[in-house]
Amino acid sequence: MSMAAEERSARAPWALTAPALMLFVGVLLIPLAMTVMLSFHDWGQYKGIEPVFILKNWHEIATDPYYAEMFWRTFRIAILTTLLTALLGAPEAYILNRMSGRWKSFFLLVILGPLLISVVARTLGWALLFGGNNGLVNKLLMSLGVMRSPIPFMFTETGMVVALAHVMMPFMVLSVWAALQRLDPQIENAAMSLGAGPVTIIRRIIMPQIMPGVLSGAIIVFSLSASAFATPAIIGGRRLKVAATLAYDEFLNTLNWPLGAAVATLLLIALVLIVVGSNALIERRYAEVFR
Amino acid sequence: MAYLELDRVAKQFGAQTVVDDFSLSVGKGEFISFLGPSGCGKTTTLQMIAGFLDPSRGAIRLEGKDLTAIHPAKRGLGIVFQSYALFPHMTAAENVAFGLEMRSVPRNERAERVRAALTMVGLAGFEDRHPRRMSGGQQQRVALARALVIKPSVLLLDEPLSNLDAKLREEMQIELRQIQRTIGTTTILVTHDQNEAMSLSDRIVVMSQGKIEQIGTPQETYEKPASAFVSQFLGKTNDFAGTIDRTVAPTQLVAGSWRAPAPAGVSGPVIVSIRPERIGFGDAGLGAKIVTRIFQGNHWLFQCDSECGPAIVIRQNDGQPQPAEGEAVHLTWRPEDMSVRARAGA
Ligand SMILES: Nc1ncnc2c1ncn2[C@@H]1O[C@H](COP(=O)(O)OP(=O)(O)O)[C@@H](O)[C@H]1O
Ligand SMILES: [Mg+2]
Repeated sequence: MSMAAEERSARAPWALTAPALMLFVGVLLIPLAMTVMLSFHDWGQYKGIEPVFILKNWHEIATDPYYAEMFWRTFRIAILTTLLTALLGAPEAYILNRMSGRWKSFFLLVILGPLLISVVARTLGWALLFGGNNGLVNKLLMSLGVMRSPIPFMFTETGMVVALAHVMMPFMVLSVWAALQRLDPQIENAAMSLGAGPVTIIRRIIMPQIMPGVLSGAIIVFSLSASAFATPAIIGGRRLKVAATLAYDEFLNTLNWPLGAAVATLLLIALVLIVVGSNALIERRYAEVFR
Repeated sequence: MAYLELDRVAKQFGAQTVVDDFSLSVGKGEFISFLGPSGCGKTTTLQMIAGFLDPSRGAIRLEGKDLTAIHPAKRGLGIVFQSYALFPHMTAAENVAFGLEMRSVPRNERAERVRAALTMVGLAGFEDRHPRRMSGGQQQRVALARALVIKPSVLLLDEPLSNLDAKLREEMQIELRQIQRTIGTTTILVTHDQNEAMSLSDRIVVMSQGKIEQIGTPQETYEKPASAFVSQFLGKTNDFAGTIDRTVAPTQLVAGSWRAPAPAGVSGPVIVSIRPERIGFGDAGLGAKIVTRIFQGNHWLFQCDSECGPAIVIRQNDGQPQPAEGEAVHLTWRPEDMSVRARAGA
């Protein structure tokens, strides 16, 4: 190959990815950098945003226990949501995978169908069922005399976890499903022929093999739940804030953009660290087994 | 006395009968092959013995006891799957140890038996490898060790060598045969490769479309095929249309200009089958012209155009001069080398 041709072929990948790169820089990196910068600006009730470099917002977040509590709540909800989706989603995917032809496609549709419906609509559904005295289920239970007062759901962490788990479930099921597809179709028969019972097969043979799928599903669900906005906003409102709804409030209600930017930046950094860290751990743990 | 017995076993999937009227008795220590084209029901039969499928009809007995009443996990059979179905998250040693663990074999004895099994299949030193880091042949050996370490009453092998390349396959065939001879485990091998079935088995069960065509030693099935299917499937064969000539006494079997006294019990139009290596060139016989002559080292392969259609002839390369391409020859064979059957639709 001549020098010119070599040069051209070295430039080609850059040229071909340039449009996507420009889009990436334009709509993601630049706004992100501006948000980070914004978090160092000053703000006052009457003077508005002042483009100076101060650590006031970061200092406030670091010292005021309100923020610590709110971040802790955000991650607690995300962790519980992740656990719940894993506990329900993994068996769900396994059962689904064992169904025969027609039922399998039907139930796959049932599980994935909700992805086509807006998160807001799905969350409002929970509100309609459990929302205080007027919630359908609450009304029914109370009229049957099962409960004296409505099940507390709105403005509770439990409510948020349940609604988020519902919204996130397809991601977990899909991820475990993908892992199940990689299983040798005869693997259960092989274990059975060696004398293993159904519980042993699931515990010793199936679980270890779908664990990477569960964990990658968990990473997706965790990061989506920790940064979720619509569901916490509807269930928790302004009474029970998480990081995303707090940042939103600072931006649009208090109009303290720099503080909102600091909250958003901190959430982003924490998420990136957690996701990258756990991904590295998982890859190292399973490198032996899965190429 | 039969060790493993299949008695008129049949399997139906919906309206489709996949295995029908399958009866076989296997002696202790015998090596049996199920041979047939893809889709003829070999795997289905094997899975019924293993217990992964229930027979629709018939009975399967092991040492006289009804095997179908026993849960697959309790049958104590060793199975090697076509895909090997190794546990990818366990090392070779852990894979082999799994069956012993399920049998609560004490730790020390377990380690000893795992080592012995891996050594037997030539994998000493590979204990800590994961299957994904092993070659196809090595995975195959682990699967074999895993099935054998539990001292199975019967070893079931489903196309175990079909994923290996030709050279490795030949090596594994020899090794498999040696191991089976040494430990004497009753073995059933499923294969669609006639060479594999011939070189490994004591007896071959030739199957077609869910039915048994013939059960016999490799030699019997090759030399005395019970049906046209068997003779076609087990190696090359020549089929010539012949007739019985009753105008002479004793009656004669005629194929082109080849004739011989007719065997007893045949009449009317017939098919004469002869293996290519049993045909020779002579002064009289079936008239033919050599179309191509191919040298294959230890033998010559001739494609001829005969009075009764195309014919193939294989001659040992014994140093004698051989006919050239285009030469007119006569094909002859001994009457005992042919098999004669009635010609349908004539
Ligand atoms: N679970 C099943 N349901 C329906 N048909 C099946 C099933 N398993 C196998 N078959 C059919 O049974 C026939 C025999 O299959 P199989 O025993 O796997 O053949 P072989 O192992 O000889 O290639 C095939 O036609 C296959 O399509
Ligand atoms: Mg098969």
